[in-house]
Amino acid sequence: QDCTFFTRKEILRLHGRYYEMAPNVVPMDYTRDPDVKLPMQLIINMPELKENPFKERIVLSFSEDGEGSLSFNDFVDMFSVLSEMAPRELKAIYAFKIYDFNTDNFICKSDLEQTLNKLTREELTEEEITLVCEKVIEEADMDGDGKLGFADFENMISKAPDFLSTFHIRI
Amino acid sequence: MGKKRKCALQVIMEDAGIEIDGQVESDTESEEDKAKKTPKKRTPRETRRTSRLERKKQDKYKEEEESKEEDICSQQNGTSKRKNYQRENKDGKKAGGGSRQRDKKAPTKDQKESENKEKKTSKNGKEGENKEGTDRKNSTSSDSSGEESLSEEELAMLMEQVEQKKKLISTMRNKPWRMVKKLSVLREAQAFVEKFEGALGKGKGKKLYAYKMMMAKKWVKFKRDFDNFKTQCIPWEMKIKEVESHFGSSVASYFIFLRWMYGVNLVLFGLIFGLVIIPEVLMGMPYGSMPRKTVPRAEQATAMDFSVLWDFEGYIKYSALFYGYYNNQRTIGWLKYRLPMAYFMVGISVFGYSLMVVIRSMARNANESTADGDDHNFIFSWKMFTSWDYLIGNPETADNKFASITTSFKESIVDEQESNKDENIHLRRFLRVLANLLIICCLCGSGYLIYFVVKRSQTFSKMQNVGWYERNEVEIVMSLLGMFCPPLFETIAALENYHPRIGLKWQLGRIFALFLGNLYTFLLALMDDVNEKLAEEDVVKNITHWTLLGHHNSSLRNGSAATPPPLDPADVPRGPCWETTVGIEFVRLTVSDILVTYITILVGDFIRACFVRFVNYCWCWDLEAGFPSYAEFDISGNVLGLVFNQGMIWMGSFYAPGLVGINVLRLLTSMYFQCWAVMSSNVPHARVFKASKSNNFYMGLLLLILFLSLLPVAYTIMSLPPSFDCGPFSGKKRMYEVIQETIELDFPLFVAKIFSYVANPGLIIPAILLMVLAIYYLNAVAEAYQRANTELKKKMQMQREEEKNKRNNKASTSPVLQDMEDLLTPSPKRETHPKQAEDKNMEPPGRTSPGGKQGKPAALNGSPRTGGRGAALSPPPPQRFVTQPPMLGVRAPYPGQLRPWRQPLGTVPGRGRGQPWYSQAAPYAPR
Repeated sequence: QDCTFFTRKEILRLHGRYYEMAPNVVPMDYTRDPDVKLPMQLIINMPELKENPFKERIVLSFSEDGEGSLSFNDFVDMFSVLSEMAPRELKAIYAFKIYDFNTDNFICKSDLEQTLNKLTREELTEEEITLVCEKVIEEADMDGDGKLGFADFENMISKAPDFLSTFHIRI
Repeated sequence: MGKKRKCALQVIMEDAGIEIDGQVESDTESEEDKAKKTPKKRTPRETRRTSRLERKKQDKYKEEEESKEEDICSQQNGTSKRKNYQRENKDGKKAGGGSRQRDKKAPTKDQKESENKEKKTSKNGKEGENKEGTDRKNSTSSDSSGEESLSEEELAMLMEQVEQKKKLISTMRNKPWRMVKKLSVLREAQAFVEKFEGALGKGKGKKLYAYKMMMAKKWVKFKRDFDNFKTQCIPWEMKIKEVESHFGSSVASYFIFLRWMYGVNLVLFGLIFGLVIIPEVLMGMPYGSMPRKTVPRAEQATAMDFSVLWDFEGYIKYSALFYGYYNNQRTIGWLKYRLPMAYFMVGISVFGYSLMVVIRSMARNANESTADGDDHNFIFSWKMFTSWDYLIGNPETADNKFASITTSFKESIVDEQESNKDENIHLRRFLRVLANLLIICCLCGSGYLIYFVVKRSQTFSKMQNVGWYERNEVEIVMSLLGMFCPPLFETIAALENYHPRIGLKWQLGRIFALFLGNLYTFLLALMDDVNEKLAEEDVVKNITHWTLLGHHNSSLRNGSAATPPPLDPADVPRGPCWETTVGIEFVRLTVSDILVTYITILVGDFIRACFVRFVNYCWCWDLEAGFPSYAEFDISGNVLGLVFNQGMIWMGSFYAPGLVGINVLRLLTSMYFQCWAVMSSNVPHARVFKASKSNNFYMGLLLLILFLSLLPVAYTIMSLPPSFDCGPFSGKKRMYEVIQETIELDFPLFVAKIFSYVANPGLIIPAILLMVLAIYYLNAVAEAYQRANTELKKKMQMQREEEKNKRNNKASTSPVLQDMEDLLTPSPKRETHPKQAEDKNMEPPGRTSPGGKQGKPAALNGSPRTGGRGAALSPPPPQRFVTQPPMLGVRAPYPGQLRPWRQPLGTVPGRGRGQPWYSQAAPYAPR
């Protein structure tokens, strides 16, 4: 409980959800510390995540093995970070991970393009996309290296008024 | 000596007690667990054994954690008990200690040593972490009984560490580590705390200390429970959250506003109901005892008909719902309740309370909005990274969100392109002027229409046998205007070609003006009516007088001995009682407004939605996507409706105390009804409508309406004579005289004197002047602050630009140097996995670590899988690995980089901030 922003009841509820997704795999008691992981396919079909354009990225950023499988720990971790009580800094860190598509620790142009395409379902034209990406980099890139490092990202996101209200999932 | 030491210990211990009180929050889960599992009573010895056992199998998992938490409690109890035991021993001069005492002697040394070690380690700072593990093992093997031999310094050190651990526990959740690591670190810390917490309490205050700890925990638990309870008590929280998750925060903001309104109205209702209506009903004269409380003879036949009641005539008119029912008796009942006074004060305090609440919430909103700060530097970035609402879990909503995001991107692209060019400004100006002219025409027309209708209704009211339409013409016309004018405005506004956000504000302002104009025309017409009634009243007054006199005389003439049979109250001719008329007018307006709103929702939303959904299967075009489609939830219109309704309530509540009750009912039902309607038959907005920013706009409208509704009421109170035969102020020249009367009759003389002095214009005018001056001064100060703020912002901007330029130059001159700077700027990813730390231990700093080597190829390959591996190895994002390795070779020649992990060389001001957890994490960072 100290590791998350949940109360005991909520964690149990989370476990219920986790268990629901694959009742035959997930055990009910963890006394022997089994190593159970659910594949990404199951997780992203949760109603909370289903409509999210970044669902794969979310799951990937939180999975310990980098392939999208979540153990229950990771699962709780994910919703803890995305809960309302999590502080801005923590959320920023994970948001950065989510938007960093190629996991090179920078949000570069290709990341931005992918983000944009997911956000708009590829309804913008090429020029518009490049324009927007250029604008984003121009706005947020403070060290002039043509991509956004975490410091840039955090600086930008810390001033965003809606970040906290939008970057959370209620479960 | 011993005494002195004891004192010192006590001081320390008290310190600890106090500090720990603040820190225990993190431990409270243990309390919860404890409450669930019935706490078994253990003897101290058992506790120790079990705790040791449990510490051994600590590596296990969740259930384990629970049991451990339970263990913490029992341990604490145990320690306190143990301490007691020890003290007894001490009292017994240590001689009678027996075998137990001897057993403990051996480990005492051990313990002391370990403590010393810890002292060292904490001096060494960061190195503490790993050694502490071993220390703890030592100390667990030795029992924690050697406390007596600790010196104060050691105790202090220990305490510090305990504090540190506690802090770690409480901040654990803020760290971006993998859960596994979190768990392990948490366990370590908890074990440490539970182990040594007990060591702190000693000497005389042991019991007190234990008691304090217990109470602190209980208190924290209680607080937490209470918080839970509070959140559960917030009405409709779940409903609103549900709406929010389907429609986003803007629609939810309307419901939150509605809830807030409901709260305010509930308070008003309590005031009026509790202080005016209930006393009157309980203690006032009963119905039928006097003319003003009786239905006149002519109306009695139809007074119970539904159609009459529906118009708020008949019995309702002569009930406590309206002003006219109240008696002007100065005190009523055995409580000597001063009802007229109470009526007046409640009427004023309704306004006072509303003003206070509105202004307070406005101030709060303003604070929040300034805290957010609207920086226009990151328009695109914010759109990119924060526009998706992660709450959305509904496919339709998601579709809409995608569409709205796309449009908003397009909008800002267009804005961006348009900010440069400026074409045909004259045409646009002309169009805008034209549009405004048209709208002013509309407003005037609607105002005149209402005036005309109200006039006509006055003639109708004099006629007999008027139809339903004639009687309700005013309300119908007003509702129709409210329904059709806004779309008309919208079409006209299309001429202006404003930016949507500005356009929306204009639209809101115009609708507001329309409603306001209508309301005020209505009021003016009503005022005419009132004046007419006042004139009529004079005549009736004489008639009444003469009737009474005539009755008296006739009875005198008939039989002088017999008492005259009292005139039946229903037969007494009476004045028109303009206050009740006004009250009825407002109540009617409110009720018709409610009906129109509900019918609109039912027809415009629900029936339409049903039609679109079910007829779509057999229609020639796609109804869902095409013309009728589903209705959007009209936030602005709804909020405005709510605001105006509230204005009406404020105005009318003085004349119809029951109006607030009706409004409370209305808000309650509309909460459920609209929630249902929204969930069942509406689709979310296509246009983005920011809730957070417009909130204060609504509040501003509310304040304006409040002020405007205060005016007519104040006017009637101050300058119109109240009716002579109804209401609590009858018989007085003006309504406010009730205050003077009370002061003169109920207060001692000097109070009246003071009051007369205070009310002197010679005092009031300077007071007003003073207030104006104060406002001016505060305004000036605020302006100065604002200027300073913008100045600062500009400076920051400049600095940013400068930084950028510098960087760019550097990038062009020497990429190596730039890389250097990248390296030096603090990255918040200081955390490394313990494994990593161990690796670092073996090698001197400044060399390439195996982890780094491993990370580099992964990044080069760019394969997400190996990258992910790296991430898995190191719980924080693997940025360190990637950014570092290329620079490692370069690093060596530069001084000050031997400890690149430790000190951020704050080159960029914007970089070092926003990482508060960095400092907390520092002690556990690798050396």
